[in-house]
Amino acid sequence: MSVKESWEPKIIGFCCNWCSYAGADLAGTSRMNYPASIRVIRVPCSGRVNPQFIARAFQLGADGVLVAGCHPGDCHYSTGNYFTRRRMLLLTRFLEYLGVDPDRFEVRWISGSEGQKFADTVREFTERVRALGPSPKKRDAS
Amino acid sequence: MKRIGVFVCHCGSNIAGTVDIERVVEAARAMPNVVYVEDNKYTCSEPGQEAIKQAIKEHNLNRVVVAACSPRMHETTFRRAVAGAGLNPYLLEIANIREHCSWVHPDKEGGTPKAIDLVRRAVIKVAGNVPLDRGRIPVTKRALVIGGGIAGIQAALDIADAGHEVVLLEREPSIGGRMAQLDKTFPTLDCSACILTPKMVEAANHPNITLMTYCEVEKVDGFIGNFSVTLRKKARYVDMDTCTGCGICWGKCPGKASSEFEVGLAKRTAIYVPFPQAVPNKPVIDRENCFFFKTGRCKICQRFCPTGAIDFEQEDELVTEEFGAIVVATGFDIMDKDVYGEYGYGQYPDVITSLEFERLVNASGPTEGKVKRPSDGKIPQRVVFIQCVGSRDENKGVPYCSRICCMYTAKHAILVHEKIPGAQTYIFYIDVRAGGKNYEEFYKRAQSEHEAQYIRGRVAKIYPKGDSLVVVGEDTLLGEKVEIEADLVVLATAVLARQDAGEVARTLGISYDGYGFFTEAHAKLAPVETNTAGIFLAGMCQGPKDIPDTVAQASGAAAKVAALLSKEVLETEPLVAQCDEVKCSGCFWCKPICPYKAIEEKEIEERVGRRTVKRKVASVNTGVCKGCGACTVACRTGAMNLLGYTNDQLLSEVEALCL
Repeated sequence: MSVKESWEPKIIGFCCNWCSYAGADLAGTSRMNYPASIRVIRVPCSGRVNPQFIARAFQLGADGVLVAGCHPGDCHYSTGNYFTRRRMLLLTRFLEYLGVDPDRFEVRWISGSEGQKFADTVREFTERVRALGPSPKKRDAS
Repeated sequence: MKRIGVFVCHCGSNIAGTVDIERVVEAARAMPNVVYVEDNKYTCSEPGQEAIKQAIKEHNLNRVVVAACSPRMHETTFRRAVAGAGLNPYLLEIANIREHCSWVHPDKEGGTPKAIDLVRRAVIKVAGNVPLDRGRIPVTKRALVIGGGIAGIQAALDIADAGHEVVLLEREPSIGGRMAQLDKTFPTLDCSACILTPKMVEAANHPNITLMTYCEVEKVDGFIGNFSVTLRKKARYVDMDTCTGCGICWGKCPGKASSEFEVGLAKRTAIYVPFPQAVPNKPVIDRENCFFFKTGRCKICQRFCPTGAIDFEQEDELVTEEFGAIVVATGFDIMDKDVYGEYGYGQYPDVITSLEFERLVNASGPTEGKVKRPSDGKIPQRVVFIQCVGSRDENKGVPYCSRICCMYTAKHAILVHEKIPGAQTYIFYIDVRAGGKNYEEFYKRAQSEHEAQYIRGRVAKIYPKGDSLVVVGEDTLLGEKVEIEADLVVLATAVLARQDAGEVARTLGISYDGYGFFTEAHAKLAPVETNTAGIFLAGMCQGPKDIPDTVAQASGAAAKVAALLSKEVLETEPLVAQCDEVKCSGCFWCKPICPYKAIEEKEIEERVGRRTVKRKVASVNTGVCKGCGACTVACRTGAMNLLGYTNDQLLSEVEALCL
């Protein structure tokens, strides 16, 4: 009972260094407020994100996972995010099979100039995850 | 034995204001392998860096975590500090507790636990860091400048003056670009040709510059210091070596086409030089309008050419050249004429664009500098200028300001007043933006000395009345409708990125914004670099700017190139992919996913039982690899790893954050 009340969603974010991490930095320099739910892991490219990392996050009780990369066509490495797009589409379908609500998973394209979009994304995604409640993994533990 | 030191930065009150530093420090002490924790007011400052160096020595630290601002800000600073204490610079991790935490979470209750998590992530990750060494690659000491406008010419001259070889590439038959089309330049009223043509000639004659006109970039391979660029030399059908530029051919040519240089206000022949001061002053044959290419008969130019330079058999030629650096200076386009139907451009011949007006007032233009209306050649007495046609218009045009229109329109008003006695000019504007040295004074002069009448408001429509045009607009300062009868209307149409900017960007591997302007590496601190190392920007291709700013940026880009080319070898980032040959099964799924073709097949010998067998494994060319990590995810056996972002490290980061 008390767990539920004090519960704040915890979201793991994978941000590519060139666009989305820079976008998150811009949200910071522009002092945009957004929920403290997100913890960002910096990767060179969204194409570096192995679905294994996401599965592990859910396995360890993350309430949500966000993968953010450059807009298609704008990848710093030319093509990395095209692979991400296909790979993450597949993963979304696969999550159900793993027993994870696909609504806990989000892929967004956020450029280095879209600080606002980063802040909005975190805000919206946090609310969505909050509505879903704590990760089943956590609920089982408590 | 890992001995990690954690340095938590207050950043004045930037971090300390919303993150409880003391709690972060306490939490860090309990993290695995952490033997030393310290907090500093400003870790990036000289004393802050000194404190890191001292702690490394005193406490025998072999890993460092700095919890401060974004690694995009100070990673290099702290790597240098760590290296200063004798530690490998890659044994450092940064926890971004400013941009990603203190600045976005206004209360300590939200910010502090998150900051602790971020520090833990860095502590866990740094434990997996290994010492890495920078690679060394040789530098080809030649530069390619793409675009022969004022930006490209300036960049080429500056690089050449620094003692490096330059190829100046231009896709039109002559260098000169937009500036060659202009009449006078604001705010000094220097004649554009008078200040540009000497530079064009200087570029052509400079011993270090090779001019390649009528050429385009076909393909770009390689990386900083080692670009391999395939250039398409378009067929000119004129042999450059034998042609003397005597001009007989274009005097005789019966083919006619609308002149690009005169913005359609005059005709040119099918064999032509774009303008009299062209550099090189040698013609090309425009295939589309040449009678010979259209009908198979004519060849008049060939018959009259005294040196036999005309060669109808010429074909496009592809050449590959090596360069160490590239400057992109491809310039801009102007908004399409027919976007604003209500202004009747194309419908009424006396509604023209500002660029057309430049040609009309230009002494070398179609009217020899006499301002005559295109319709009947009459000298206009009432000239209306309309500002922001397409610029600052989110509905029909582009939201940004084109930056040059206010000033060149003031110039046009002055020129009209000087050239046509008694003429009256009216300028419809939204705001006058005269930010620049002597710009405001220039605009005031147009108003006071040259009686330009500025009317604040947009024009609704233009309709013909007799042989003049009625401009209907609104004066928003007086709040009333205005109707002005005009003889000539000039539209200040928006500056746009080149239509094919996206294609060029993809060929070069640089990024561009939503409008098609190429993106600089940092809006303020790296305005001439791109995100692709070794490729630099100059001029309008990066965004609207006037000639002084263009020249300044071109010189800036040239300085960067000169610095790069002055090195014998370049040090490369060691954060590249690495293949574990034992695990590699030789499936080569990594090969097609690599955008840089950095993965090669390598044969190795292995002992299997008592036999030696040969098999193929992946091998990474570390000079070409840029460390994106695409191959690591494609790898089915987990043999591919990315140094600095290994699979184990990323998994451990996930674990650290999920605690």
